[in-house]
Amino acid sequence: MISRKKSGNPPVRKAVQARVRDAREGDLEQVIEIDTVVTGLRKAEYWADILLRYGDGRRQRHFLVAEAADRIEGFVIGEVRDWEFGSAPCGWVFAISVRPDARLGGLGTQMLQAICDCFRREGVSKLRTILSRDNPLVLSFFRSQGMMAAPFIPLEKDL
Amino acid sequence: MKLQKNTVLALYSVLEFAANPGRQYSAAEVARKYRVSPHHLAKVLRTLGRAGLVGAVRGVGGGYRFAGNARRLTLMDVIELFEEISVPRRAGPRAARRHPGAEQGVAAPFELEDALGVVLKEIDEIAKATFRSITIDTMLKLVERRRGAR
Repeated sequence: MISRKKSGNPPVRKAVQARVRDAREGDLEQVIEIDTVVTGLRKAEYWADILLRYGDGRRQRHFLVAEAADRIEGFVIGEVRDWEFGSAPCGWVFAISVRPDARLGGLGTQMLQAICDCFRREGVSKLRTILSRDNPLVLSFFRSQGMMAAPFIPLEKDL
Repeated sequence: MKLQKNTVLALYSVLEFAANPGRQYSAAEVARKYRVSPHHLAKVLRTLGRAGLVGAVRGVGGGYRFAGNARRLTLMDVIELFEEISVPRRAGPRAARRHPGAEQGVAAPFELEDALGVVLKEIDEIAKATFRSITIDTMLKLVERRRGAR
């Protein structure tokens, strides 16, 4: 679940200095709030389950938050996946989101770098993600971080 | 995937200007660098100028400079000024006829044209999504990385 950023041409903001750390139970309500604002859908149970499975700095699973001035401004979640689809272990980011009023200050970049550092420490040298192709703004964010098309093609069919 | 000459020239020009946003370039200078006629380049720059992506300063010492927002302007924004990367609204014989093979006068049964239309539409959509996701700023970073890799 990669959150869509709003379109438009907002002014460039000063870099936000945030501390990126492991998510804790006390962060949950703010994470839910950010996700609700961004997606328009409150999913409290889902986030409680995600915290249970990815929180507290578990091995190969990472749920990080960016904290600035005692407020959670964003979060990123990912994990190391081993030998899926014949691929050597790699880091997958499956959620990244920043409060709309805290965007364009480099928080997404800081969080992505932090989770990449986690993956590197676990011996992984490749980062992957997947998102809708009609989401150009978040695609642009990942592109701006140097990500290129992976040698995989996602497929689907109606059931 | 092949882009038309004017489109490629427009992308090179925008990247050239955006790499040095404070600098003013003469059309002759850019034309020399990319080995195209100044007349040809001028037409491309006029289109970019009308779209507000380059600014022109007339008279002696005049030239062109980047006038866009490199962090917002995507490759698609430039490309669609010069050509359409066709994405038919739906698959089917009408859609398939818009593609080069069909335009060459090859007649095929409905279901073949329909199936080919589906595949070509899929490819077009991926191409468009790719062009929409890459900003001029990201392209400049890619250029730097490729330069460092050589």
